[in-house]
Amino acid sequence: MTESITVPTPQQIIEPAVAGRTETMVLNMGPHHPSTHGVLRLVLELDGEVVVNVAPDVGYLHTGIEKTMESKTYQKAVVLTDRMDYLAPLSNNLCYALAVEKLLDVEIPERAQIARVLLVELQRIASHLVWLGTHALDLAAMSVFLYAFREREQILDIFELVSGARMMTSYFRIGGLAYDLPSDFIPTVEQFLAIMPSRIDEYEDLLTTNPLWLERTVGVGVIDAQSAIALGLTGANLRATGVAYDVRKAMPYSGYETYSFEIPVGKNGDIYDRYRVRIAEMRQSVKIIQQATERLRELGPGPVVTPNRKVAPPPKREITESMEALIHHFKLWTEGFKPPRGDAYVSIESPRGILGCYVVSDGSPKPWRVHFRAPSFINLQSLAHMAKGRMVADLVALIASLDPVLGEVDR
Amino acid sequence: MDNQTVLTALREKFAGEILAVNEFRGDLSLTLTPQGYVAVARFLRDDPAFAYTFLENLCGVDYLGRTPRFEVVAHLTSMRHRHRVCLKVGCDEPEPTVPSLTPLFPTANYQEREAFDLLGIRFEGHPSLTRILLPDDWVGHPLRKDHPLGDEEVAFTFNQDRIYAHKPFVKE
Repeated sequence: MTESITVPTPQQIIEPAVAGRTETMVLNMGPHHPSTHGVLRLVLELDGEVVVNVAPDVGYLHTGIEKTMESKTYQKAVVLTDRMDYLAPLSNNLCYALAVEKLLDVEIPERAQIARVLLVELQRIASHLVWLGTHALDLAAMSVFLYAFREREQILDIFELVSGARMMTSYFRIGGLAYDLPSDFIPTVEQFLAIMPSRIDEYEDLLTTNPLWLERTVGVGVIDAQSAIALGLTGANLRATGVAYDVRKAMPYSGYETYSFEIPVGKNGDIYDRYRVRIAEMRQSVKIIQQATERLRELGPGPVVTPNRKVAPPPKREITESMEALIHHFKLWTEGFKPPRGDAYVSIESPRGILGCYVVSDGSPKPWRVHFRAPSFINLQSLAHMAKGRMVADLVALIASLDPVLGEVDR
Repeated sequence: MDNQTVLTALREKFAGEILAVNEFRGDLSLTLTPQGYVAVARFLRDDPAFAYTFLENLCGVDYLGRTPRFEVVAHLTSMRHRHRVCLKVGCDEPEPTVPSLTPLFPTANYQEREAFDLLGIRFEGHPSLTRILLPDDWVGHPLRKDHPLGDEEVAFTFNQDRIYAHKPFVKE
């Protein structure tokens, strides 16, 4: 089964053409192409308008984030994680923070846990809204884009409220949050929750039964569950094939096991099912956010960073009174904390799929090695498998349905 | 599924191939010989009692100063049993080589190419081991610890002559 799956490289497509193959044509798509969602270059082998083979050529946005992290202290490296998947920076923050917290073996206060879950689910909605808008735009449905960005704007305003930044938030730190949630946080989130379900209905009205949308998505880009797992396809793309695998349920983190929500799954593994799964995921996220806001209100104010002074600095008031606190503060700011020797791997369910972080510590204040399992990067491998035998126009829909973020592909 | 069950089964079948067993923060990791690395991955994938059909993560690490210098780390996940096992295999200079997992798990393709590109680890049996993130004509492997970082030296009055001597300036 898995032996028949191949992942071609650009060279494998270009070289026969250079050598004189004339039955098929090689066409270059991107890196500057509006429907490749960033600087993704595709090398297509075409027979007329039919795609015979396709190879993604990635790396145009490679900035060496993993290497740069090796020369930052653990806490300072958080900012770099934002820049990978720039449509879901909070998910990246969370994944990295969880990995280092696993190395350190620290407990996070409940208020911080709930805030993390709440914000990450908001992030999932924001990210899915960009996917929905651009996906529809690629298939010539202009208005969905405008509606989707209207709601995304509201979510970004919430992020600005809590972290001061709309996109590069760096709000989750190792040991908890950067600072406490503002007092008007819960009312603002509730305002958003009040309108969101009806807005999702609005998008569905525009697309779910739209004949033009169905024409372009149903039965296009089909992949079966077994090939999807073999190719490492994750997230909504995997669940569209009928595999109900979600890290939030399978290996819960940050207390996801205490929230009630469902994993939406598809059946056919085509573009339309991926669309249905992501729309349903947004509704589930709204449900989780509702539960989280209730919990936050019940819990009331409290600490948002770990009381472990070797990891998180003491409050300012304590520094003026306690020598110990002053030393801890000084050590953390001049040197940083030192996790024990070892390695830890943590994976979370990011909007794009399974985001993993592997951190190796050599006992110094800087990570020896950080590796990210980037879902966009690995999902791209299945493009050729899905696109073979389809039209070039279907390929455009297919890229959008995989929802890659090139910042994360290239890191 | 728990760590002990997996470990007992693997110790029974692959006693000679397991070089070290480590449990850190509840995660099981096994250091294996190159032959054992592929054999264990195949066994874990194909045995219906385990069904580790999903290769979640594969990456290389450069432990400069240690022997063997490089290590390839693979995380296998069983979606059915909701359990993860970490397999490690070492390889050393001058030609760090490990067997490829791509024939077993097609998803390893890009991840092994990335490890080859950034760390220079060769994967035997990989169908198309070429650079993926960096340009094809790039020299060196930047994630190696001995790769020069290439920062710009700052020019002050005491050292500017030396620095400017090998810098191209527009001549009037």
